[in-house]
Amino acid sequence: MSICASFEIEHRQFLDADGKLRANAPELARDFPQLIALYKQMLMVRVFDAKSVALQRTGKLGTYASCLGHEAVHVGIGSAMRPEDCFAPSYREYGAQFCRGVQPREVLMYWGGDERGNDYSGPRHDFAWCVPIATQCLHAAGAALAYKLRKEPRAAVCTVGDGGSSKADFYGAINVTGAMTLPLVAVIINNQWAISVPRKAQTGAQTLAQKGIAAGLPCVQVDGNDLIAVRSAMDTALQRARKGEGGSVIEAVTYRLSDHTTADDARRYRDDAEVKAAWAREPMKRLRAYLEAHKHWDDKQEEAWKAECAAHVDAEVNAYLESKAQPLTAMFDYTYAELPLDLARQREAALAREQAH
Amino acid sequence: MAQITLIEAVTQALAWEMKHDPSVVVLGEDVGVNGGVFRATVGLQQKFGPERVIDTPLDETTIAGLTVGMAAQGMKPVAEAQFEGFIYPMMEHIACHAARMRTRTRGRLHVPAVYRAPWGGGIRAPEHHSEANEHLFTNIPGLRVVMPSSPARAYGLLLAAIRDPDPVMFFEPKRIYRQYKEEVPDDGEALPLDVCFVLRDGQDITLVTWGAQVKETLEAADALAQEGISAEVIDLATIKPLDFDTIAESVAKTHRCVIVHEAPYTAGFGAEVAARLAEHSMYDLHAPVARVTGYDTHIPLFRLEMKYLPSVQRIVEAAKRTLAV
Repeated sequence: MSICASFEIEHRQFLDADGKLRANAPELARDFPQLIALYKQMLMVRVFDAKSVALQRTGKLGTYASCLGHEAVHVGIGSAMRPEDCFAPSYREYGAQFCRGVQPREVLMYWGGDERGNDYSGPRHDFAWCVPIATQCLHAAGAALAYKLRKEPRAAVCTVGDGGSSKADFYGAINVTGAMTLPLVAVIINNQWAISVPRKAQTGAQTLAQKGIAAGLPCVQVDGNDLIAVRSAMDTALQRARKGEGGSVIEAVTYRLSDHTTADDARRYRDDAEVKAAWAREPMKRLRAYLEAHKHWDDKQEEAWKAECAAHVDAEVNAYLESKAQPLTAMFDYTYAELPLDLARQREAALAREQAH
Repeated sequence: MAQITLIEAVTQALAWEMKHDPSVVVLGEDVGVNGGVFRATVGLQQKFGPERVIDTPLDETTIAGLTVGMAAQGMKPVAEAQFEGFIYPMMEHIACHAARMRTRTRGRLHVPAVYRAPWGGGIRAPEHHSEANEHLFTNIPGLRVVMPSSPARAYGLLLAAIRDPDPVMFFEPKRIYRQYKEEVPDDGEALPLDVCFVLRDGQDITLVTWGAQVKETLEAADALAQEGISAEVIDLATIKPLDFDTIAESVAKTHRCVIVHEAPYTAGFGAEVAARLAEHSMYDLHAPVARVTGYDTHIPLFRLEMKYLPSVQRIVEAAKRTLAV
C-alpha cells in the first residue's frame, strides 16, 4: 500500500473571541486606521440590520433576511475586492455589498417588493441577490471564465451557505474552477444553520473547506468572526485569482445569530444555550476589544459613530419609504430587450384596464 | 454553392457568427475535439481554438450556469445540451436566471445566450434521447423558443438567435438533421425571429406545425392535394413568442385547422394555438380545431416509437375529419 495523495485543512484565526491577537498575524493587525474603518463599516451593517428587522416588524418591509453575526465575514469579503472584480452574493451579504457601493435603500427596496433594488449602485456587473440556493456559484464561475477568456486580471467571488454547499451548483462551480483554472473565490459562509437544518446534517465531511480538495483547489477554514482572518484569506485567494493561478475555497465559520429570515422562528429548532454561546464569539465585540486595548477606540467614539450610523440609516429608510411603486407597465418592460408583439398587446390591455378604473 | 443539410447549416451559422463576433463562444459536452455527438460543432475548435469551443466537465447544471454567468458579463455563449432529454438539470438556470435576469435587475444585466439541443424522436436512440418538451419552455417569460425545420431556416434562425439580446432556446429536430440538402448561402443573413413561415399556400384547411413534423405535414399536404384538397402549411418556427396573426389570417381564409406536434397531447403547445383560435377566430372556424400529437405517454423505446410519432396518415385522417364537418 502507498499513499497516492494526502491533504490537510488549515484553520486560521488571528483574533480570538476575547480580542487577543495570536502569533503570525498579518500586517492588517497593526494597520489601525484600516481596522477602524472596517470596524465602522461592520457597525454600520449591524445598525442597518437592526433597523431593517424593525421595519419588517412594523409592516414597512416584506420578509427580510438578517445578517446579524455575519459582519466580519461580509466586510472582510467586500473590503478585499476591487471594483472590477465581480460579486455573486446569495441574499444577506449586505456588509460586502455596502463596501462595493450598494446603498441601504436598495436593500430595502428589494425586500420591500421592488425590483429596482437589484438595479443597484456599486459595480454594475455584480450579480443580483440570488434566492435559488447556490446557483450564483456557477454564475460567478461563468464570469470568471469570461474574464479568463478576455485575459482580464479580475476575479469573481461567490458566497454560499453551509446548506448551499450541499448543492450540485456549488460542486459544479468549484469543479469547473479547478478543471479550467478559473479566477473564482468561493466562500462558504458556514453559519451553522440552513433554516432549521444544522450543519452536521448537511454532510459527513469534517469541514466544508475540504470540499475544495476534490476540485483541486487550495482551501482553508477561517474563523468567520475574525475580520483579520477573513480578510487575510480573501487577500491571498484574490491575489492568486487575479494572477491567473486559479480559484480557492474558503470556509468562514460563523453563526447566524438571527432567525433565518423575519418569517422564521429559530426558537423552534435550536437551544437558547447554543445561541448564548455564539454571542460570546460574535465578531464585533472582539474587534472592538482589540482596538480599545490598543487605545484606538473608546466608548465615546463608539457612541458617536453609532449615532452617525443611525442618522445615515434613517435617511436611507426615508428614501425607501418615500419611493413610489413602479408603474404597472414596469412588469412588462424588462421581460425582453424589445417587447414582442404578443406581450405588447398584453401590456396595452393591462394599461387600458387600469386607466378605465 | 454547396448544398448542405440542416446540421451542416447549424455548423455554418456558428462558424459565421464566431468569425464575425469575438464574444461568441460555444460550450458543452464533446463539442470540441469531437465536434459534438451529432457533429454540429465539427471543425469549430480547429478553426477558433479551445478557448472559444469549450469542452466542459460533464455536468449540464454547470453548462447552464456558466452560460448565464458568461452572458451576463458580456459574452455570447452558445451552450449545447447533448440531447433534449438531458436538459432538465439546466432548467433552473434557464428559468430562474437566464430568462429572468433582465427583469430582476431592471435591465442592469441581461443574458444574450443560446441553449441548443438536438430535439425529438425517430432516430432509434436509447432511452432519454428522444424527448420533445418544447412546451415546458414556452410558459417561461423572457425566453424565446425556436425550432428550425430546414437547412436555410436553421442557418438564418440560429444567426438571429445568437444576435438576440435575450436568451433563446434553439431546439434542433435531429430526425431531419440529414433529411435533405439545400443551398444555403453563407452570407450571414439572419431570418426574423417571432414570425411564422407559410410553407405552402392553400385554400381548404390550415395545417400548423413546427420542428420535425414539418416533414410529415408537408407530405400530408401532398397526399391531400392528390384528393383535390388544398392545404396551407404553417411552420411556427418561433413558437414563443407566437406570431398568432399569421395563423389567424390563414384560418380566416381556410376556416379549418389541424395542429400537428410530436410532444404529448395535454398542454402541448398545440393547446395554446387551439386556445387562441377559440378566443380570436371562433367565428372564422367552420369545424372544431383538431390536434395530431404524441400521446400522453413517455415516448416509447425505438421498437414502438414510430407508432407514437404523428404519421402522414394520422394527419391526413384528421384533416379529412375536419373537412367533413
